[in-house]
Amino acid sequence: MKKLEEKIFKFLMIGSTVLILSVLLYILYVIMKKGLPSLSWDMISKIPSGGFYLGKEGGILNAIMGSLYLIFFSVIISLMVSVPVVMYLNFTLRRKSRLAAFARLTFDVLFGIPSIVYGAFGFTLMIYFGVQASLLGGIIAISLLIIPVMIRSIDEVAILIPNDLVEATKSLGATNYETIKVITRQLLPGISTAVLLSIGRGIGDAATVLFTAGYTDSIPTSLSQPTASLPLAIFFQLSSPVEEVQNRAYAAALVLTIIILTLSFAARYFSRRLSKNKI
Amino acid sequence: MELMTAPSIAEQPTPKAKSSSGCLRPHIEVENLNLHIQNNHILKNINLAIPDKSITCIIGPSGCGKTTLLRTFNRLHDGSVDVKITGKLFVDCEDIYDKDAEVTHIRKKMGLLAQRPCSLPMSIIDNVVYGPRIHGVRGRRKLYAIARHQLNAVGLWEEVKDRLKSPASKLSIGQQQRLCLARGLAVEPEIILGDEATSALDPISSKTIEELFLSIKDKYTIVLVTHTLRQAKRIADYVAFMYMGELIEFGTADQVFNHPKHKLTKEYISGGFS
Repeated sequence: MKKLEEKIFKFLMIGSTVLILSVLLYILYVIMKKGLPSLSWDMISKIPSGGFYLGKEGGILNAIMGSLYLIFFSVIISLMVSVPVVMYLNFTLRRKSRLAAFARLTFDVLFGIPSIVYGAFGFTLMIYFGVQASLLGGIIAISLLIIPVMIRSIDEVAILIPNDLVEATKSLGATNYETIKVITRQLLPGISTAVLLSIGRGIGDAATVLFTAGYTDSIPTSLSQPTASLPLAIFFQLSSPVEEVQNRAYAAALVLTIIILTLSFAARYFSRRLSKNKI
Repeated sequence: MELMTAPSIAEQPTPKAKSSSGCLRPHIEVENLNLHIQNNHILKNINLAIPDKSITCIIGPSGCGKTTLLRTFNRLHDGSVDVKITGKLFVDCEDIYDKDAEVTHIRKKMGLLAQRPCSLPMSIIDNVVYGPRIHGVRGRRKLYAIARHQLNAVGLWEEVKDRLKSPASKLSIGQQQRLCLARGLAVEPEIILGDEATSALDPISSKTIEELFLSIKDKYTIVLVTHTLRQAKRIADYVAFMYMGELIEFGTADQVFNHPKHKLTKEYISGGFS
């Protein structure tokens, strides 16, 4: 009987792993099959020209650059917010402080809020301040979306930092600022994982940028101009009746996947190098 | 190992020896110190005078407040909001709990060795020169000289000189504890505080650390919290016995171990309780 139980569970575990893997591989296969033929140098080096959405000349450089701009600035803003928040939660407040527990609960709730809500919230903010759909609006909405992700994933690592490390630096006469610098060193691998997760969530999200960043065929040159983004490029092209254009949507999806994979591998690589001195 | 004979510098338990800075108090002097954590009275009216250039061991059963007392010496309780401290604590005649006292300046005077060595997340050499660096020492050669000198002082130089740039976490735990001592010594402290500094180490490493303490005690005031009576017997010049947050007895090692005045001390030393 015990043996049978064990066998069933082993089968379930292997089965679900294989299922997930095959879904992932199938997604990649579909994107490649439909996207690769339409993926050309023009596609990633040109902005859309006149009849692009009817299947004529042009590319999606506007969306690629738009997405990169959006995620780059959002990640920087989120880091500037998240790292101090985590430091405060872990090293200023007591470990069992009620405020910290409440804050963590709040971040978990924010984590779970659907991205369209952030998009709508960003949109009302923009109306309130009289800002039009723009790069700035998109950056703010994406930052709102990824700050909880970032805080929670850095926090997971910060909780593990031994109090001894704080005391070791303090007992050498370090100021709070110098202590935080040492802690940040220890946190670096965690921060790079957090950045990676945030990029993954932020760059692929269509709902947040739908109202806030708008869509345009040109590459933005200032924060107040609207900008295109890859998820929306996929969305708009996929809803076209022209087959040629639909295939371009898959090519855009392929580009997005490649960007995420590249950033992932880069983050892994740096994370490994940064954790060399970790205690 | 046999008992250490009482030190020659003084037969009095609280000698008013002149400390290095020309002040007339003992190096560390605790006056009516009380410490509360929330509503618990942890340290009860402690009065203690620790003479310089000697090893003072604080002994006592678990939970008696030894570590708490040690941590008051360099104000490590500062960060905890529910800790309330009253009384005076003089280091070199300066009341370190005075509101004008500057905490980094006080901590710079003391090196702390924790129970488990905690190397900083950087290379071996950066660990040693971390203190000097944050206190403004610049110049690669100067820092290298400091690292070499301090690593030599703790007998680690020969073992690590070929891999100064490799991560400190790669060292064995005994080596890390010596590295932490070197790091503490590099800020040129006057006092070394050890919080059961050898309890996580293997017997050989802990013997090395003990010998190190003995070899540097003519330059530093060393205060150790220890759980092992035998260790206290081996290295202490002065012994403070604490029980339930009170300082029961303080005197030279000879006095406390061979002629304890208090009944509790006698019981504890003979292994009546632990």
